[in-house]
Amino acid sequence: MEDKYVIEMLHITKKFPGIVANEDISLQLKKGEIHALLGENGAGKSTLMSVLFGLYTPEEGIIKKDGKVVSIKNPNEATSLHIGMVHQHFKLVGVFSVLDNIILGAETTKYGYLDRNAARTRVKELSKRYGLFIDIEAKIEDITVGMQQRVEILKMLYRDNDILIFDEPTAVLTPQEIDELMQIMKNLAHEGKSILFITHKLDEIMAVADRCTILRKGRLVGVVNVKDTNKEELSKMMVGRKVQLVVQKDKCKTGDTLMKVDNLCMTDKIHHILSVNNVSFDIKRGEILCIAGIDGNGQTDLIYGITGIDKIKSGKVFLKGTDIANLQIRKRNLLGMSHIPEDRQKYGLILDYSLENNLIMESYFTPKFEKFGFLRKKNIRKYALKLIDEYDIRSGQGAITKVRSMSGGNQQKAIIARELDRNADLLVAVQPTRGLDVGAIEGIHKQLIKERDEGKAVLLVSLELDEVLSLSDRILVMHKGEIVGEFDPKKTTRQELGLYMAGAKRDYVKFPTREVNENGK
Amino acid sequence: MENKKCVSPKKDNFFLRALKLEGVQSVLASIVCIIIGLLIGYIVLLCINPGGAWDGIMTIIKNFMGFTKTSLRLKYLGQTLANTAPLIMTGLSILFAYKAGLFNIGAAGQYTVGACACLYAGMVWNLPWYLCMICAIIAGGIWGALVGFFKAYLNVNEVISAIMLNWIGLYLTNIIITGSSAWDTTKHETFPLSNYANALLPNLGLDNVFGGSKYVTIAIFIAILFAVIIMLVLNLTTFGYELKATGFNKNAAKYCGMKEKRNIILTMFISGGLAGLGASLYYQTGIQPWYANSTVPAMGFTGISASFLGGLNPIGTIFSAYVITHINSAGAQLDTAYYSAQISDLISAIIIYLCAFVGFFKMYLVKILNKDNLQSKSFKRNKTPSDSSNQGGK
Repeated sequence: MEDKYVIEMLHITKKFPGIVANEDISLQLKKGEIHALLGENGAGKSTLMSVLFGLYTPEEGIIKKDGKVVSIKNPNEATSLHIGMVHQHFKLVGVFSVLDNIILGAETTKYGYLDRNAARTRVKELSKRYGLFIDIEAKIEDITVGMQQRVEILKMLYRDNDILIFDEPTAVLTPQEIDELMQIMKNLAHEGKSILFITHKLDEIMAVADRCTILRKGRLVGVVNVKDTNKEELSKMMVGRKVQLVVQKDKCKTGDTLMKVDNLCMTDKIHHILSVNNVSFDIKRGEILCIAGIDGNGQTDLIYGITGIDKIKSGKVFLKGTDIANLQIRKRNLLGMSHIPEDRQKYGLILDYSLENNLIMESYFTPKFEKFGFLRKKNIRKYALKLIDEYDIRSGQGAITKVRSMSGGNQQKAIIARELDRNADLLVAVQPTRGLDVGAIEGIHKQLIKERDEGKAVLLVSLELDEVLSLSDRILVMHKGEIVGEFDPKKTTRQELGLYMAGAKRDYVKFPTREVNENGK
Repeated sequence: MENKKCVSPKKDNFFLRALKLEGVQSVLASIVCIIIGLLIGYIVLLCINPGGAWDGIMTIIKNFMGFTKTSLRLKYLGQTLANTAPLIMTGLSILFAYKAGLFNIGAAGQYTVGACACLYAGMVWNLPWYLCMICAIIAGGIWGALVGFFKAYLNVNEVISAIMLNWIGLYLTNIIITGSSAWDTTKHETFPLSNYANALLPNLGLDNVFGGSKYVTIAIFIAILFAVIIMLVLNLTTFGYELKATGFNKNAAKYCGMKEKRNIILTMFISGGLAGLGASLYYQTGIQPWYANSTVPAMGFTGISASFLGGLNPIGTIFSAYVITHINSAGAQLDTAYYSAQISDLISAIIIYLCAFVGFFKMYLVKILNKDNLQSKSFKRNKTPSDSSNQGGK
């Protein structure tokens, strides 16, 4: 590896009203290395990368490319300097083909017409060279998330980018896909590309990164060679204290059945097929039941049906013996259901409301906060300050901060504080730790286990196998809207779960469906 | 900890500190809007007749304040206030729905059916003024609730159904009024309301205060009272909390179990009721009879401008409604040798057009002010070179 830096960000300072997102941070990227950028939520990782990609202009500091000072004012200038970025949420056109998505914005033309043939040849050549195999005529909406990510990578390569930024690329992938991505990244680095890899997953850093820059609260903590360090040290540098990486919990003591789902069916709004197909299960007090599966296999619709956000097609849901399948959301909540939604900005929060107003979203009508139709502002403030303190929600101006201006992790903490404090018997938690750092994850895991130990039930939906395996007392795997297997976390492996999640294996567990019967005959 | 130090306000003078308040910024944006409107108006006057332009624009700004006699000034002030009251109400109507994420372009139609209800109640049923007023509120409210119903249960876009209901309301009003005993078939308008003294809004002797203006009544106080009530409802009540929550994020409102359908209909009922009340505050002063119009009264549409120019704040709406009425009515004072009276309509049209930019001006202002703020901070930092690079470690 050469010791020349392709990108140097020196003494970058970026401020936002009320907060210093980056304070005097320097980052140096060598040619052909995979450089991880590690930090808690709100540590300033995304801000720093946005500065490099031209989305923000820093107040202080310079950026050097190949030793020359450059100024990057917008993403187009970043692209012309051959800096490319794969965003956490892909920027692809669903109805376009893979090829069209790759050339979008950098089309080759002949007499003003698109020259797809030249582009096709080039994309094929690139995909062969870097081992990114993909059907380039397929439509984006028809291919898996993992494949879509390859399209994003090919997009960068097509533009001759040699500095590739990956913003939390593994959040949406299955274990198998993650392994493949790691291999691809290694190939890319081997071919001379330099990679900046934003993550808070320590395993991935240990697996692929050469060096790692660690940020904490907008400041630089240090740069380490990955081969000279270990996970414990990294997490300590990131959080500033020692973190429990393995969840500590006692054996669960299950009580009576709290919720029973009986042959639940839901229809997909877009494709008009059954997105949830005859799903039945029950959950007892004192257990954490986890629904595992690849994103988009009906978990979302299942939860929408149970919590009442969408209407169900058929089936029954009993909570404490009451059929709630067609009950209003408010009544379900009052009966003892609390819900940490998957999409925190769409459902979980009102971004333009203050933090305190968000914290009372499900209790503003109770006598504690309402009197004669008026809000009791003093009580609301007091309550908000209590939760902010208890759950360590950090924000610029405390209770009156607009939630929109808070970091993603703290937004999530606000939701969790609100939902846990309602003290409901059943907690439905969908990806409660998505986008959070190890410190915050540790806290949330502890709280979920505390809920369980208090005799409540937790229905957890998670895409992270580590979380599934370490936290749950029972695992159901969902594939294409059906439950395809039930597992004891102590007796199964990541690989086994992965096979079920991908649909390569299925059990005729105790919930036979019509389709299974037909196949079985 | 370090963060806090950087954020703590440096010693700004009072002026700079005031500039950072959101309210002050909103007011500034509206004022900038009015000034630009007048400036463009002035340029238009210059183009038509350079000689009289300055006098012309000053006449428009001064309006009745240009009169030498105090009693005359007061009289026209009274007149302007009488015209302001209904505009405040339609402005509030738009604002209230807007806070719930609904664009009530139907305020004009709700205003029309409100006019129909109060005139019919007053002149055919001979009801006293307060019952006429309640009729207007209910009629406007129902007209609004219809829009809300279609939106909530059939997912019909509120703008489209409201525009159609505007016309339905207009022709329905024409049919009802022209067919009733209130219609003067010779003049093709309703009989003057002064024949039905019961239905006239009381003026509590205000006509004496305002130089004998016949049309100044308690209407303006009712309008101001409602502005205050709306502000309280939006900011202090549970209903206001739900309403704004629905406006900001419909999905989250649903997620936390608010009855969104009921809220949409109720919001539109109240919004329509406010517009209906506006009509009552206008027609029950007797300022104008109902003509069988072939267009929907403009008051409802001007209400859109009033609410936006007022920074979507109920109290701001009071002032913006006054400014719009003031400039609109100034046309009569213009020197008709040089300009047609419509020029003031043009200027108010420009201001109204610029109302759409209030949000934009505000955004720009905030940007400039914050930038200023940051620059001065970084300047301060440069003077004492930072040393923090080593502190961050373990």
